[in-house]
Amino acid sequence: MSTAALSVSNACKQFGGLVAVNDVSFEVGEGELFGLIGPNGSGKTTMLNLISGALQPTGGEIRLSGERISGLAAHHIARKGVARTFQLVRVLPSLDAEENVMTGAVFGHRRLWGEEARQLARALLDRVGLGGRAHMPVAAMTYIDQKRVELARALASDPRVLLLDEWLAGLNPSELQTGIGLIEDVGREGRTIIMVEHVMDAIRSLCDRCVVMNSGRKIAEGGVSEVLADPDVVRAYLGDDDA
Amino acid sequence: MSRLSQDELRALGLGAALVVLAALLPLLDQGFYLSMGVNIMLYAALCTAWTLFSGPTHYISLATAAFYGLGTYSVGLGIDILPYPILLGIAALVGAALAGLVGAATLRISGVYFVIFTFGLAELVRQLVTWTQTKFATAIGLYVFTDFTEVHIYLMLLALTALVFLTGFLINRSRLGFAMRIIGNDETVARHAGIDTARSKIVLFMVSGAFIAIAGAITAPRYTYIEPPSAFNPMISFLVVIMALLGGTKRLWGPLVGVIPFTIVMDIISARFPNHTSIVVGLAFFAIVYLLPDGVTGRLEQLRAWLRTRRAAGHVAAVEKQA
Repeated sequence: MSTAALSVSNACKQFGGLVAVNDVSFEVGEGELFGLIGPNGSGKTTMLNLISGALQPTGGEIRLSGERISGLAAHHIARKGVARTFQLVRVLPSLDAEENVMTGAVFGHRRLWGEEARQLARALLDRVGLGGRAHMPVAAMTYIDQKRVELARALASDPRVLLLDEWLAGLNPSELQTGIGLIEDVGREGRTIIMVEHVMDAIRSLCDRCVVMNSGRKIAEGGVSEVLADPDVVRAYLGDDDA
Repeated sequence: MSRLSQDELRALGLGAALVVLAALLPLLDQGFYLSMGVNIMLYAALCTAWTLFSGPTHYISLATAAFYGLGTYSVGLGIDILPYPILLGIAALVGAALAGLVGAATLRISGVYFVIFTFGLAELVRQLVTWTQTKFATAIGLYVFTDFTEVHIYLMLLALTALVFLTGFLINRSRLGFAMRIIGNDETVARHAGIDTARSKIVLFMVSGAFIAIAGAITAPRYTYIEPPSAFNPMISFLVVIMALLGGTKRLWGPLVGVIPFTIVMDIISARFPNHTSIVVGLAFFAIVYLLPDGVTGRLEQLRAWLRTRRAAGHVAAVEKQA
């Protein structure tokens, strides 16, 4: 039980009368690339927000390598080694690319400072394909490049668990291939990744296992191909007639 | 970040030269211009200390008068008992303590409430001091007799201003300064990157409050007789905000650009139209908010940023052409 990189047990989140996440449990193993999928409004992003501490669960428990993190403030969770990207890309517009990435290195899990942080930021910018653009204002960057910056920022903290919230959304087909390659590459180095995603091709080619949510509940869990063939999952996505 | 860059060295050198130059003023004149110099130096210290916190966080604090007043009262109450330098230290501690309390109570809530709260706080402190004095002492005010002349006060305020700048410079180079820049950009990202945003803001507010209190303590001997309406004058809070906004709060030296012309103009106005000063202050406030929302330095930055994005856009176009 405590060997899982991240375990979610009976997590609940209620907004007044609306139950956004309803009794959801799953475990993500060390080094696993784990998908969190479901139709719009099924509670995926809320689930991610519960893990990262953006929202406090109203019930249940979340553990990082056996250590309870639910109930902690977002910055404590970040320091314990959970890094994330955001559904709508959030770069820091008045900082350049290098400083954006240093943010993760300086304040996250690793807490580097000075030249060390700068070098790590440079290396990560190279890695995500932004080598040579360290001092470019991020506001002048294209959407995919801003997403690269955000990914590098999350990686800079050397997270034990990396949360990607629709990191591939909004990319054109060729960018998508690049993006999938990048995540694959990050996963290959043994990093534990939980990705919320709508792009099924990406889930199929990247994820080892996934959980499907619908209306706040977990409706399926397991290997990607078998889960996507599950009649309940097909019904959730396409409606009764096609099941 | 650990070593000083060329730009930083140049800034430090320029700062030191300006301090030396400013220190020469008492040699030239000990009357009208020195007195105006004291006013300018006082507001330079107050506005820069205010900007230390309000610049990066965008929280408008109207508690300046509270910190300032506590500083003057620290001296007023202790001048017969303790040596003056110790009183400056006490003023700093009292200012920091009040800022810490206020910060812990209010910095988690949003900006507008903070403005109202700080304004109310300054008034509350003033009323408390008045009440305490009438209840337990015989007079409302306090006498401060020292041997200090305008020259001493001027030089101390100059030293304080230099210290505020140096502190701001060091903070900008520290983790705290980096954290504040991130918080100013996007607080959500800051939190998720591992920054304790509330603590960072409180620490900065305490530093700012301590400096403002020291400024009050330094100016105390100038009043000779201290009473709550002058020590806790809300006008101080407003003037600090107006001057800082006029100069611009994005850079530490921004307020200075506002303080110098504003203090001179205010001096002329209060001499010529002593009964209409408030009206002029009000009109000035409107004019600054409408015409210079980011201050004079903000306008300069805008110009620079515009030039930079144009250059960056040119760079991107060039790279794409190559690819």
